[in-house]
Amino acid sequence: MNKQKTMKLSLPEEELMNSGHLACQGCGATLAMRYALKALGKRTVLCIPACCWSVIDGPFPYSSLDVPIFHCAFETAAVSASGVKAGLEMVGDTETTVVAWAGDGGTFDIGIQALSGVAERNDNILYICYDNEAYMNTGTQRSSATPWGAWTTTTPVKHFKERPKKDMEAIMAAHRIPYIATASVGYPEDLFKKVKKAKDIQGTRFLHIYAPCPTGWKSRPEDTIKLARMVVQNSTFPLYEIEWGEKYKLNIKPREKKPIIDYLGIQGRFRHLTKEDIAHMQEEVDKKWERLLKQCEVN
Amino acid sequence: MRKVIMGNHALSYGAMISRSQVIAAYPITPQTQVVELLSEMCADKTLDAKFIKVESEHSAMAACLGASLAGARTFTATSAQGLALMHELLHWASGGRLPVVMGNINRSMAPGWSIWSDQNDSLSQRDTGWMQFYCCSNQEVLDTVIQAFKVSEKLLIPSMVILDAFTLSHTYEVVDLPEQEKVDEYLPPFKPLIRITPDEPHAFGGLTSPEHYFELRYKVQKAMEEGLALIEETGREFEKMFGRYLGIVEDHRCEDAELILITSGTMGSTAKIAVDELREEGIKAGNLRIKVFRPFPFDIIRNILKGAQKVAVVDRNISYGHHGMFYQEVKSAMYGHSNGLPLFGFIAGLGGRDITPTTFKEIANYALEKEKPEEEITWIGVNR
Repeated sequence: MNKQKTMKLSLPEEELMNSGHLACQGCGATLAMRYALKALGKRTVLCIPACCWSVIDGPFPYSSLDVPIFHCAFETAAVSASGVKAGLEMVGDTETTVVAWAGDGGTFDIGIQALSGVAERNDNILYICYDNEAYMNTGTQRSSATPWGAWTTTTPVKHFKERPKKDMEAIMAAHRIPYIATASVGYPEDLFKKVKKAKDIQGTRFLHIYAPCPTGWKSRPEDTIKLARMVVQNSTFPLYEIEWGEKYKLNIKPREKKPIIDYLGIQGRFRHLTKEDIAHMQEEVDKKWERLLKQCEVN
Repeated sequence: MRKVIMGNHALSYGAMISRSQVIAAYPITPQTQVVELLSEMCADKTLDAKFIKVESEHSAMAACLGASLAGARTFTATSAQGLALMHELLHWASGGRLPVVMGNINRSMAPGWSIWSDQNDSLSQRDTGWMQFYCCSNQEVLDTVIQAFKVSEKLLIPSMVILDAFTLSHTYEVVDLPEQEKVDEYLPPFKPLIRITPDEPHAFGGLTSPEHYFELRYKVQKAMEEGLALIEETGREFEKMFGRYLGIVEDHRCEDAELILITSGTMGSTAKIAVDELREEGIKAGNLRIKVFRPFPFDIIRNILKGAQKVAVVDRNISYGHHGMFYQEVKSAMYGHSNGLPLFGFIAGLGGRDITPTTFKEIANYALEKEKPEEEITWIGVNR
């Protein structure tokens, strides 16, 4: 082959995730894992509770990842990671990064108690939540990460979700842990940088990754990246970091803040919403955005 | 070294002398002194271990499982509601073949709130794949923790070392604390063949189809079946090194007994007093205390009951709508082996109601008077 001049890559070429995994087409969670592992490297242990990823990885005795996995109980991701970390240190391995890798149900709902315990103790683990905004592995039931207005199988169109998404960053910030960040699979370089940064910090680090789910959101698989960029551009899911629960930093400020209507329009889960509903959602997004800007301004 | 310590501290010293490496625990009466002493030992480096002070028993067991999977020797302790909260993860421990050792203080289940002893907490967990050791002295508690680590780590099956609330947990007795060097010789470091490490990436506990799951469960049962011989062997080895045999059951005057009482835990020592008094009255009684409940010692029990004319099983627990659980187990062991031997089932001492020598005499008299059981279970000392 001719030696060609190629563009400098923005992410390492090495893959720790292989083909043969069981994800749906256009799965955001799969991209999240692929990018995260590029930053984490081989000296990593994953603790994965019940979630899409406990299936995506592949059935026993196969695994699509080149790092070891502890498939742990649904509500135990964070503390399982603490246990693995303590155990590894006691047998002489102080280097390995131990990561709890959980979905939004395992983080916002059933796993929040163990996560809060870990964060309060500031145990030395990295917690990554890939958020597809509902229980997707069981077939799209609402979680406390499901946004206002969304259809799920347990929030049917006639009675869609009428409570806002839980503000997980605020809850984690209240624990005064060294590092919290949001990321989106639509911004791989930003995601990579944050995982890399989090990897080298001691104590509890919490990363929240926005990961579209075409199957559950009734969106087209080819729109996954588009959605993961729009959600940042319209400030529904801003990309920011919080240090020690106090110091806020906005990473991407859209030049022109887009309205949410186009973003909602390409997802079947919002199809039933009226103009008034959408106006209400826009208002809530704006309010939250203003609040975040103020928090960032202080610094 | 001889020390006067409470039963709870016998668990702590057992965990210490076994060189536990990761401890994760949550406080619950009457277990608290176990973890208080261990946290002091970790703080002043008497014990080189990490103590994870979790926010619940569920997390305590989850942390233990993670640590054990990483290859560390792991200990926790709990009681009653705490044990029930762990239930899901008890299956995880045995299914994941993680040899955690746990102390459980037998306490009655709420409601109403009760901190006093009965066995419904641990016996409700009998089908979770844990070995269960019911102890009756502080020395036995300490020694059994050491033995449990040895057996668990060989079989890759977790162990529960069980003692009665207050009757043992808060009772002070003289205990011989074995020398560390000798314990190290008896119990070498935990070196599992396979553990979670980036050096050799495996996925543990992933989605398992019917093609494999069945065989994995068969292997858990096989390990349990090997357990009895291993408990016997390690019990003898312990005797050689420390002068105390750690048996599967305790047989007190059963050899020529016509009436055999079957007991467990501290009521086993009370029953011995009753047996001696009955013997003085001319009644040939004996006491069989079952220490190892899982794996269940079928043959040993059949053998000891062979010469008896009557058997009275005393349960400090009940499976509602059925029998006391030791009674169920003894009956199932004797099916096809009893030659019509009458087996009586008694329920006594729930919620910490005292079980005294008089209780056993009442039980003995009842069993001696009747030709065979006239009811499924007989309640002793209950106000109807």
